[in-house]
Amino acid sequence: MTLTFPFPAIVGQEEMKQALLIACVEPRVGGVLIFGDRGTAKSTAVRALAGLLPEIETYEHCPYNSAPGSEPIGGDAKSRGSVVRKPTPVVDLPLGVTEDRVVGALDIEKALRKGEKAFEPGLLARANRGFLYIDEVNLLEDHIVDLLLDVAATGENVVERDGLSVRHPAKFVLVGSGNPEEGELRPQLLDRFGLSVEVATPRDIEHRIEVVRRRDAFERDPHTFCESWAEAGAELRERVAAAQKLVAKIETPDAVLRRASEICMALGADGLRGELTLIRAARAQAALEGSEEMTLDHLRAVAPSALRHRLRRDPLDEAGSSARIERGLAEAFAA
Amino acid sequence: MSETAHMRDSWGEARLAAALLAVDPGLAGAVLKARAGPARDAWLETLRHLVNEAAPWRRIPAGVGDEALLGGVDLAATLKAGRAVQRAGLLDEIRDGVGVLAMAERAETGLAARLAMALDAAPAPMIIALDESADPDEGAPGALSERLAFHLDLSAVSLSDLNTAPPGHGRESIAMARVRLPHIVSAGAERALPQTAAALGITSLRPPLLALRAARAAAALDDLDEIGEEQAALAARLVLGPRALHLPHEDEAQDDQPPESEPDAPPRDDEANNDNNEPDEQPDDQPDTAQTPDELTEITTEAAQAAIPAGLLARLEAGASNSRASSAGQSGATRKSGQRGRPAGTRRGDPGEGRKLDVLATLRAAAPWGRVRRRGWDRLKSGPALEVRREDFRIKHFKQKAETLTIFVVDASGSLALNRLSEAKGAVELMLAESYVRRDQVALIAFRGTTAETLLPPTRSLTRAKKSLAALPGGGGTPLATAIEAAEALAHGAARQGRTVTLVFLTDGAANVTRAGTGGRDIAQAEAHDAARRLRAAGHAAIMVDVSRRGAETARSVAQNMAARYVRLPAGNPAALADIARTAAA
Repeated sequence: MTLTFPFPAIVGQEEMKQALLIACVEPRVGGVLIFGDRGTAKSTAVRALAGLLPEIETYEHCPYNSAPGSEPIGGDAKSRGSVVRKPTPVVDLPLGVTEDRVVGALDIEKALRKGEKAFEPGLLARANRGFLYIDEVNLLEDHIVDLLLDVAATGENVVERDGLSVRHPAKFVLVGSGNPEEGELRPQLLDRFGLSVEVATPRDIEHRIEVVRRRDAFERDPHTFCESWAEAGAELRERVAAAQKLVAKIETPDAVLRRASEICMALGADGLRGELTLIRAARAQAALEGSEEMTLDHLRAVAPSALRHRLRRDPLDEAGSSARIERGLAEAFAA
Repeated sequence: MSETAHMRDSWGEARLAAALLAVDPGLAGAVLKARAGPARDAWLETLRHLVNEAAPWRRIPAGVGDEALLGGVDLAATLKAGRAVQRAGLLDEIRDGVGVLAMAERAETGLAARLAMALDAAPAPMIIALDESADPDEGAPGALSERLAFHLDLSAVSLSDLNTAPPGHGRESIAMARVRLPHIVSAGAERALPQTAAALGITSLRPPLLALRAARAAAALDDLDEIGEEQAALAARLVLGPRALHLPHEDEAQDDQPPESEPDAPPRDDEANNDNNEPDEQPDDQPDTAQTPDELTEITTEAAQAAIPAGLLARLEAGASNSRASSAGQSGATRKSGQRGRPAGTRRGDPGEGRKLDVLATLRAAAPWGRVRRRGWDRLKSGPALEVRREDFRIKHFKQKAETLTIFVVDASGSLALNRLSEAKGAVELMLAESYVRRDQVALIAFRGTTAETLLPPTRSLTRAKKSLAALPGGGGTPLATAIEAAEALAHGAARQGRTVTLVFLTDGAANVTRAGTGGRDIAQAEAHDAARRLRAAGHAAIMVDVSRRGAETARSVAQNMAARYVRLPAGNPAALADIARTAAA
């Protein structure tokens, strides 16, 4: 197996790391969108997620990563083997992928050799209980994006084709990244992502040197490099695991709820989705900090990521959405 | 340095780059800016010789489709075997090999993204992008060129350079350098190269990383244990220089390392000798190591600066104060309508109603079934070689929506200026915003006095639109006919480029200046009606926003003549304005 760059070794890019960690803790925030310049560790961060997540328990041969004790899909309980621990899947969705490969299709080999109508699960099945990552999401064909968002929202993949009728769970966190210079995402799609972060290249020269140094060290000797970061990785992994347990227990005080509504109204973020995401993200943030109570600080910390892409577009305002949201938040919290 | 010496230098360094690629394939490849010709062929030949002649070497056409690139069902083999036979795509074939992307400047961003993805994976191919662009605005797609270490320009290399160049590195020295490569110490270059990149305005962090790798490969070639001044300078020249966005700040680069420390490329003779020695026996204390990192930064920065292409500097000096913004604008402009009108893959479905059958994809879908379906026929000892059923049908899917252009024609004459010019401007701003959300292009024509002026050619830049609108003065007559004609000309051009055009007129329709620029209400009005009818014949969608206070009969009749939707601009009601904007854009 090829080693991936360790997550804690990524220099800076705090907002992106925060958003990804929140998605690890609370998958219901509904996906992360990362937009930014080239060479800003977008893909590196996402691919490093796998090393950060606790392993999942599933059956050895289950292509859907079913949880132990769940109903077998396709009516075959024996063939899925015994319960084992597997790393949380982080599935890369390549551009130019066909619909068949994404949702799954009739297994041609089996159909021909055995005359069986068998379903060959696609990438959605493999991503179940994990992450589905699309690099250059803005270049993916629209109908695939629609399909992905739909499945991500319902958590279930329904296949009705080739005389097959299969439905299987496909609960995954969608992570998309892209470079806005290559083309933007439709506003309807933007809104479907829970969190959105903008990454920029670091300006500080020491910072930049450190990035190059670490990346270079990794490329030269991945094993040694990963080992030297193993401890930090384990720490972070524990934090995520603890937060995953904690998050369900965290109450949402009325004051926080009220402030969340106020912020959304003040910023003109449409719809309830924004508010809901804001609350969920804040809760996950609280859990990550090991706090049993959600405070306004948590809200403040996640608000930019949760609302940035929901601002009503005002193209005549020359400030970017990041600047606008900071302005709006400063006002909302001053009140 | 004489001109010819410089050229030979560029050829020598290009070959050196090929050697570095052979030493460290992790450098990912090069953008080779050159027309087809002996220099390009010679360079590719050099690379091929050095890399490994057994490694796969494939040409990637710029228009390559996903089928060929990523692989898929092999039709012929599938029919023969009676089961699905997958064919490897080009990307599979060049894994561990070299892909030469022909006419890289024509490659779409989608292709670049796919190649970039392959480069990010392991094992990664090496990509040589052949950039034949003539225009400085063209070039290989950013996602790709970003990942390729070297940006070489062979356009200045002459035949005599090729013939008189001394022999370069041989395969033995490459092989030895590969052995040494993992043990090279980065030393000060680790700081100097990122600093140089920052000084040149290179924001991405890949270039300094690639430069560091290149410097290390150079050190391995030069039989050193650590990256010295020369290798760092070479890497800066080859990797960072061509990517520079601005000159290093004066105070940083001013300090005078006299130019002789800027290395030419003569150490080849030494290397040739060194190669005969045992590789690791080099003395540790190279004089270069005495350099402090900051001094090294100066050297690498100067080296990179020397390699900044002359044309680039001229362009930068010509005033693109923010070159990032301008390059972003370019990417929008070159994309034009290609993004939306292009075929967008194949899907299962029935043909008809404008959906076209994708014959090849359909056959491919049917092919694996051949044997099973033939079973029924076999008993009859006849039947088709391939049976296509309805479920095999694949249709071509196009992105239906063509790019649209909304042309705003704003009356800035005196009659309006007195009353409602600012409101009209507000309406245009709202409509601009709406168009922007829909990713439409907008253009702005204003008319007053005797002329109609295209204030803003078709653009997506809202900031520009807003500025030109704000600066629009009012006053003078109403040359409506001239304005309609100008709008029609603009619309015609855009329509020929495949855009859908919507015209939005904001006027009271009271023309009082003729096409000739003279006064005369009646003639002017008649001309306006004529122009309106001609515009109707052109068949563009049009909207007439009557900006007079109580509604003007003139505006209504002009609207009728051009078959435009007629709406009145409601007074002081932003919501209603926004509604108009929406209908205008819809």
